Amino acid sequence: MTGVGRRTILAATVAVGFALCAGSVQAQDTIKVGGLATLEGPFTVLGQDSMRGLELALKERNYTAGGKKIELITGSSDASPDSAVNAARKLVEQDGVQILVGPLSGDEGLAVKNYAKSQPQVTFINGTSAAQDTTLRDPAENFFRFTTDGAQWQAGLGEYAYSKGYKKVVTVAEDYSFPYTQVLGFMLGYCKAGGKVADKFWVPIGNKDFSTIVASIPDDIDAIYVALGGADAVNFLSQYQQGGGAKPLIGGSITVDQTILGSEGPSKTYMIGTPSAGPIADNWDNPSWKTFVEAYKKEFPDGFPSPSLFAHGYYVETKAMLDALDKVGGDLSDGQAKFREALATGEFDTPTGKVKLDKNRNAVADIFLTEVAEGPDGKLFNKVVKVIPQVNQTLGFAEEEFLALGPVSRDNPQCP
Amino acid sequence: MSVTATTPATGIAWPWPVRPQHILLALFLIAYPLVATPFWTVQIGAQSLFFGVIALSLMFLAGYGGMVSLSQMTVAGVAAYMIALFGTNHVNIGFGWPWWAQVPAALIIATAAATLIGVIAVRTAGIYTIMITLAIGVVFFYFTRQNYAIFNGFSGFASVQAPVVLGINWRNPQPFYYLSLGVAAFCYLATVYVSRSTFGLSLQAIRDNPRRMGALGFNVYLHRVLAHSLAGFFAALGGVLLVWMNGRVSPGTIDIGPLINVLVIAVLGGLGRPIGPFIGAVVFVLLDNFAIDLIDPERFNLLIGSVFLLIVLFSPDGLLGLWQRLVGWSSTAGGAGSWRQNRSS
Repeated sequence: MTGVGRRTILAATVAVGFALCAGSVQAQDTIKVGGLATLEGPFTVLGQDSMRGLELALKERNYTAGGKKIELITGSSDASPDSAVNAARKLVEQDGVQILVGPLSGDEGLAVKNYAKSQPQVTFINGTSAAQDTTLRDPAENFFRFTTDGAQWQAGLGEYAYSKGYKKVVTVAEDYSFPYTQVLGFMLGYCKAGGKVADKFWVPIGNKDFSTIVASIPDDIDAIYVALGGADAVNFLSQYQQGGGAKPLIGGSITVDQTILGSEGPSKTYMIGTPSAGPIADNWDNPSWKTFVEAYKKEFPDGFPSPSLFAHGYYVETKAMLDALDKVGGDLSDGQAKFREALATGEFDTPTGKVKLDKNRNAVADIFLTEVAEGPDGKLFNKVVKVIPQVNQTLGFAEEEFLALGPVSRDNPQCP
Repeated sequence: MSVTATTPATGIAWPWPVRPQHILLALFLIAYPLVATPFWTVQIGAQSLFFGVIALSLMFLAGYGGMVSLSQMTVAGVAAYMIALFGTNHVNIGFGWPWWAQVPAALIIATAAATLIGVIAVRTAGIYTIMITLAIGVVFFYFTRQNYAIFNGFSGFASVQAPVVLGINWRNPQPFYYLSLGVAAFCYLATVYVSRSTFGLSLQAIRDNPRRMGALGFNVYLHRVLAHSLAGFFAALGGVLLVWMNGRVSPGTIDIGPLINVLVIAVLGGLGRPIGPFIGAVVFVLLDNFAIDLIDPERFNLLIGSVFLLIVLFSPDGLLGLWQRLVGWSSTAGGAGSWRQNRSS
C-alpha cells in the first residue's frame, strides 16, 4: 500500500474519532440512575450482592418512579478511592446520570463525597459506605446517606460484650476509615462500661497472611473483636483456628455477615455465639423484613441464603430515592430542589423500620444487636437479641462532646 | 542506518520531514477539545496523553535501552505524592508552596528517585530487571500505605488542586487537555530527538552489544543510569498531570495493577516507535472506561484481558506492528524497531 493508502486510513480514523466524541442524547421522560459498587477486587462478592439489592428495589417498581422510566447504568470500583472517583466521573460526565447510588466502601465514600461537591447538579445517594466523616465533618449538600455509619452499626455492642464477661479484648481490623469507625462505635460503649482494649491490630485490605497477628494476640484476653470483611475475615478465621486459637469473638457488622456465615468448614461451629451489631438481623421476626427476604430469595435464587447488609443497604437507598421521586412526581428541575427536599425531610419505610435523615443528611435508623446461632436447617444466622431504636450519628451523645472525640484514626480512641 | 535529516543554518537536525499525516494529526489533537465533551476531553483525551507519557518513559527504557522497567508508575507516583506534600491537601500535612515551587521540586525529587532506581537496577538484565523494578515499586506501594506520618496511609491525599495561572484554572477541561498535549508533545519530540542524538545512539548500541561498547571506551553503566533519569523525568511529568487530574493520590494509584497497566499500555501500542505508547494509552483508556458498557458488569475485566492477549498474540510489536504490516511499512530508520532482534544497526 502506498503513502496515499496510509493517509486515507489516517483520515478515516480521524473522522471516526470526531464522530465518537458526541455526548449522549437523553429522552425527557427517562431518569438516568448510576449504580456504583465494588465489582472488582477483594470486595467483589459484597458488590455483587449490593447490586442485587439495588436491582430488587427497581424491579419491585418495574423500573418506574414518579411517572418516569428509570434507566440503570452500572459502574465498578475496587475499594480504592481513585477507582471510585473515576467510575463516578464516567457515570456523571459521560453517561449523564442524574442520580448516583453508591459507593460501597468507606474510603470510596469520602472520595465520592468530595467529588460530589464539584458536581452540584447531580444528587449523590450513598450505597453502603459507612465512614463517619462522610457526613459528620464537612458534608456535601448533595450527598444523602440513608444507611447508618459504621459507628452507629455498633451501638449497644460494647455494653453487651462487657455484660457477657469480656473484660479485656484486642481488636483486629482493616486499616482504613470504615473499620476505624466500627472500632470507635464498639469502644465507646465498651470502654464506658469498664472494658479494656489491650491492643489494636490493623491489617491492609486484602491481606492474606495473618500469621504475625495470630502470633501477637496475648493469652490473657477474654475475646477478640474482629472487624474484617469479605475474604479477609475468612482468611483470619481459618488461620487463627489453625494456629490453635480458641478465644471467643466479637464481630463487627460485616464480619458475621451472610458472606461469612454462608461459608463452610470448621469456621462454622466456631462462629456460634458470636455477638455482633449491625443494620440488619437475618431472622428478625417482622413482617416487612420477612417480605424483603422472600422477595430477595425469589428474585435471586443464586444469591446468598439471606440478603447481606450490602443488599439491604443498597435496597434502602434505592427505595428512598424511588419514594422521593414518586412524591415529587419525577420532577428533577431547578437543580433537583424538590427531589432533594423530599429526600431530606421524608421519613421512609424500610424492611428494618423507619429511616429519616439528620441535618448532615445522615440516616437515623434502628440497629440490631445479634448473636450467631445455628438454624434448624444447619445454616448459621444472626439471632436478634435486641433492637436499638433510632440511633443517630452521635450515638446518643451530645454533639459537641462527640465531635470533641476527634476524627477516628488508628490510635483514636484508646482505652488500654 | 539512514537518517533523513536536513541541517538548516541553526545546526539542529530536524528528525524527519514533516508529512501531511503529521499535520493532520496535529490539527486533530488541537481541535479535539473544541468538539469533544468535557468527559471525552479530560478522562479520555488528557488521560490518554499523560498515561502515554508514562508509558513512553517505559518504552524509552525498553525500546532504546533494552531495559524493561516496571517502576515507571512508581516514579510518577513519587512526583504525584510530592506535589500533594509540597502543596495543600485535605489533611494539611503539606508545606503549602505555590505551584511554581511545587512542580520543580516534585520533578527533581522524582527524577532523583528514578536515578536511584536506575543505580540499583542497571546491573541486572532481562527478566531480573523486571523483577527488581517491580520489587522496588511494591516496596514503595506498601510504604505509602503503611506510613501515616508523611504519606497518610491508605487514604492518601485528597483536595490536591491544580494551579490557577493568569485566571485560568488548569484543571478545567480545555486548559488541562492543552497542558497534557503540550507535555506529551514535548516528551515525544524529546524522545525522538534524543534517540537520534549521540547519547541516544550510544544507548541503542549499548542495548545491542554492551561488551563492544565497553571495549570501545563508553561508560555503559553511566549511560544506562542516565537513561533511567531521563525516563524518570518523563514519568514525573506524567505523575504531576495525574495528580492534578484526579485531585488526589493514594497507594491505590501505585498498586501493582497500575504498575503493570503501564507495561500493558506500552506493549499494546508497540515498543518500536515513540508513538506506540500513545496509541496503546488511547486503546487502554477507552477499554477501561467502556468495557463495562459493552459486556456484563461482572465480566468486563475479561474483555480488557482478552483484547490485550489477542493483540500481543497476533502482534508482539503491538498495534504499531499490526499497522506496519497492514500498510507494508519498510523499516527506514530502524532505531528502536530492532530491539528484539538484538542486531547492531
